[in-house]
Amino acid sequence: MASINTTSQPVTANGHADQAHSPVQETVDIGSAAVSITDLHKRYGDLKAVDGLSFQIRPGEIFALLGPNGAGKTTTLEILEGYRSRDSGAVSVLGFDPQREATQLKPLIGVMLQSGGIYPTVTPFELLELLNSFYPNARQPAELLDLVGLTDSANTRYKQLSGGQQRRLALAAAIIGHPKLLFLDEPTSAMDPQARRVTWELIEAQQQQGTTIILTTHSMDEAERLADRVAIIDHGKLLTLEEPSALRRNGGSTVRFSGPDSIDPADLAGIPAASEIIAKGSGQFVIETDDPIALLDELTTWARQRGILLDDLRAGHETLEDVFLRLTGHQIRE
Amino acid sequence: MSALIAQTRMEIRLTMRRFEAVLITMVVPVILLIFLGLIGLAPEEYSRPVDFLLPSMLVLAVMSTGLVGLSIRTAYERSYGVLKRLGSTPLSRGNLLLAKINSVILVTLIQIVVLIGIAALGFGWRPEGNLLLAGIVLVIGTATFAGLGLLLAGILRAETTLAAANTIYIFLLLFGGIIWPAERLPGAVSVVSSLLPSSAFATALRDILSTGEAPVTPIIILSVWGIAGILIASRTFRWE
Repeated sequence: MASINTTSQPVTANGHADQAHSPVQETVDIGSAAVSITDLHKRYGDLKAVDGLSFQIRPGEIFALLGPNGAGKTTTLEILEGYRSRDSGAVSVLGFDPQREATQLKPLIGVMLQSGGIYPTVTPFELLELLNSFYPNARQPAELLDLVGLTDSANTRYKQLSGGQQRRLALAAAIIGHPKLLFLDEPTSAMDPQARRVTWELIEAQQQQGTTIILTTHSMDEAERLADRVAIIDHGKLLTLEEPSALRRNGGSTVRFSGPDSIDPADLAGIPAASEIIAKGSGQFVIETDDPIALLDELTTWARQRGILLDDLRAGHETLEDVFLRLTGHQIRE
Repeated sequence: MSALIAQTRMEIRLTMRRFEAVLITMVVPVILLIFLGLIGLAPEEYSRPVDFLLPSMLVLAVMSTGLVGLSIRTAYERSYGVLKRLGSTPLSRGNLLLAKINSVILVTLIQIVVLIGIAALGFGWRPEGNLLLAGIVLVIGTATFAGLGLLLAGILRAETTLAAANTIYIFLLLFGGIIWPAERLPGAVSVVSSLLPSSAFATALRDILSTGEAPVTPIIILSVWGIAGILIASRTFRWE
């Protein structure tokens, strides 16, 4: 008998959680990693923000850090950037301790904060001109403005730029010093699809120049498109760390469809090949299975007997969004 | 261009862009100088009130640019995340603080010229005493109040900084030897008042501009406030 989940909020059944929360470990030669974190702990009062996190980021890769809000992403980034102290654990960023060797590390990194970080009354040109003076061999402001498409707004004050323009300026500011390691905290939030594609190309161009990139995002499209590897964390622990394609393959097979809202999930659960029913609301169902071929056969028979049209019927692996939902029990956006 | 010069330019630009704040900074000491000058408010030992009032208003101008203007601007930069962002660049904390102090000194210079112009043209003030020493004390005083402003911004939230800076400004204007000399305030108030940085600053300026002699005790008091303020500010200053 399949387990059923009929809550209006799509939440996976319990069976997965225990397995999912066991810490994932992987071993890489620490000396060659761009970033190495071993058994990192950080707590705020009673809250364990980071709870025994370990992973390595390889030189030249784009590494996506995903997790629900409050999972510990920002705390982890801020420890790597040198903003925050850690309670215990070993951290190496480009071979430096971000706390004790900040002076050596800062010229080598670029940071794009999740929001703000720029003087409201200053223009893009003035900001880049200022940052240009901080780095050896920095890029020229005019070149960067052209790169991120802000040449026409070079003399507009920051607070008068659109949300997308503000993000592009923050990105330009992050890459002005030819960083070896780039931190991007939700780089395409507030961007329209066009600006987003341009930004993805910019980020990929950085990678081609040898920059290692660590990014957080709420967009699965972004993670699939950009990331060489995806880490999913929750409650300060690493749940999984793999290439996006491997993550999806490792997940089970699913069959998904839309139908009338009136379908009773308990009725679906009677189909022999179904191992779990997820009712996503608005008549959308996802059925997990070990045998997708048998399930398709049984499902269509089931539907025919009841005179139900299975709309958007699709069989295959989980999407990255499904993997995220299964591992964390949360929607990526909430 | 060096990071320090670029950041100093940025700090001056930021000061000038907050035009309403600059205006208040400029206007209050000017209005008080003209108003009190016309009334002739000064202790009786000053035959010309302007000899008392000009040093007072110079101190007030330094205080409004350094303590009030700088602390509020810096506290809002923190709440906008600007300081956090700068914290990940190679700009050192020392250079950021120095750039801020430099910008206060330059803006104060403009105020000094305006106030001296009004005193000279409107009230017949003529330079006497030791101008070089007066200049040195003005720089020490400006750095002191800039340091105290950074100290406030470093330990308080933006809204609290705004309220605290304005309260301290009014308090020092009344009880800090600016509008009336510390030694003429009643009893214990006079002792406390003479230890405040604004009293020490104003007393030193008045003595130097009238006698040409540098009074040791007020300069020591002012310097102690300055060194302590800048030291504690650089220790407690947070990027976030």
